[in-house]
Amino acid sequence: MTVHIPHSLEEALELLDKDNSAALLSGGTDFMVEVNFNHRRPENVISLKQVNELSTWTIDSKKQHIFIGSGVTHHELETGTIAQYLPALAQASRTVGSPQIRAAGTIGGNLGTCSPAGDTLPVLSAMNATVHLASAHQSRSISFDEFMVGPKRSNRQPNEIITGVSVAVPNGWQGYAKVGVRNAMVISVASACLQVHNGEVSIALGSVGPTVIRCREAEKWANSLGAHPLSVSSDDAKHFGELVGSESRPIDDHRSTASYRRHAVGILATRLLQRSSQ
Amino acid sequence: MNEIYTLKINGTEHQVKDAWVGESLLYVLRERLGLPGAKGACEQGECGSCTVFLDGSAVCSCLVLAASATESDIATVEGLQPDGSLTDVQQAFIDEGAVQCGFCTPGLVMAVHHLLDENPSPSELEVKEALSGNICRCTGYGRIFAAVDKVIADRNK
Repeated sequence: MTVHIPHSLEEALELLDKDNSAALLSGGTDFMVEVNFNHRRPENVISLKQVNELSTWTIDSKKQHIFIGSGVTHHELETGTIAQYLPALAQASRTVGSPQIRAAGTIGGNLGTCSPAGDTLPVLSAMNATVHLASAHQSRSISFDEFMVGPKRSNRQPNEIITGVSVAVPNGWQGYAKVGVRNAMVISVASACLQVHNGEVSIALGSVGPTVIRCREAEKWANSLGAHPLSVSSDDAKHFGELVGSESRPIDDHRSTASYRRHAVGILATRLLQRSSQ
Repeated sequence: MNEIYTLKINGTEHQVKDAWVGESLLYVLRERLGLPGAKGACEQGECGSCTVFLDGSAVCSCLVLAASATESDIATVEGLQPDGSLTDVQQAFIDEGAVQCGFCTPGLVMAVHHLLDENPSPSELEVKEALSGNICRCTGYGRIFAAVDKVIADRNK
């Protein structure tokens, strides 16, 4: 194994171009578990930690658009000034692992691993985030929903590095909710992010399908109620939760059962819609 | 392939030789450099007993690829008081009976120092959240929180 420590994106992309099988290392919180347990032993590792251009976020002068570099940590998303613009992303980041994990783990790592349980991913989906990728030869940008294609499978090509993600700052409410067996150090059993932007509701689910799931039918129904925020009756909120539950595609596994997940994610959706209208 | 690399730990440069470069920082500290303060239990970032500071952040050393940390400042529990005396946090752990088997203690001491460096007057919730990544299976945490409260009270006297 050889560990490369590039200091610029250009240098990192050139290294990756020479060996597409090289492992990309960011916070290490997923990668090192696999190495420690002998599940992975790559020939080449490209550490992205010293590529400073990946580790910052920026906001435009009108405070409407944010670009988040792939090396921005969960700790920064949770506690930095970015949290005031993207509260659901801050909430989701706060539920990742422990303070030690959040200090190391990055949003780019969450995208790169692309687990259906990745806490920031439903937030990116609900915000219609754009994922930015670069290779030594070209750059491209795709929607989050195109990016995530399956459990731990993304549209990233072997010669590409995720450079960051861009989102519109919502002009309405946004929030994240998660069910797990504890309050800390827990991988989600079900999660959901709901946001209101330009009067329209969007909602995306985590851990209840092979990918993050956007609930297009539930959104259509919620948006037929009128422009949000509106005062949503408890029956409406309950119906919304049922619609969301029926759009989930959960499985039974070691963390939970499909039926509990479908039930729980519906409850989360009901609560989020109620919170958005308070 | 093995190669030689240098790590800066507690202000001192240490050469790591004849080591596989896939080793975690925890393994290198304990097995290569004779710094056994950080403890290894889960090797997957769940328990916090291997907590060290990496460029001022408290992280799990089991999840740091040692060979990728050659440009970082690393601080371990051994570096808290180079003369071997106890910090106020360590003394409070003793005074309040927060140490039983002691395995989790170095990680907790690091987490408490990091918390109080960042936030000298944390709320009860902030203390609990800051220590949520450090698992202790002996004490039930009550005495650990009492030790943290004692440090806060003593420092704010």
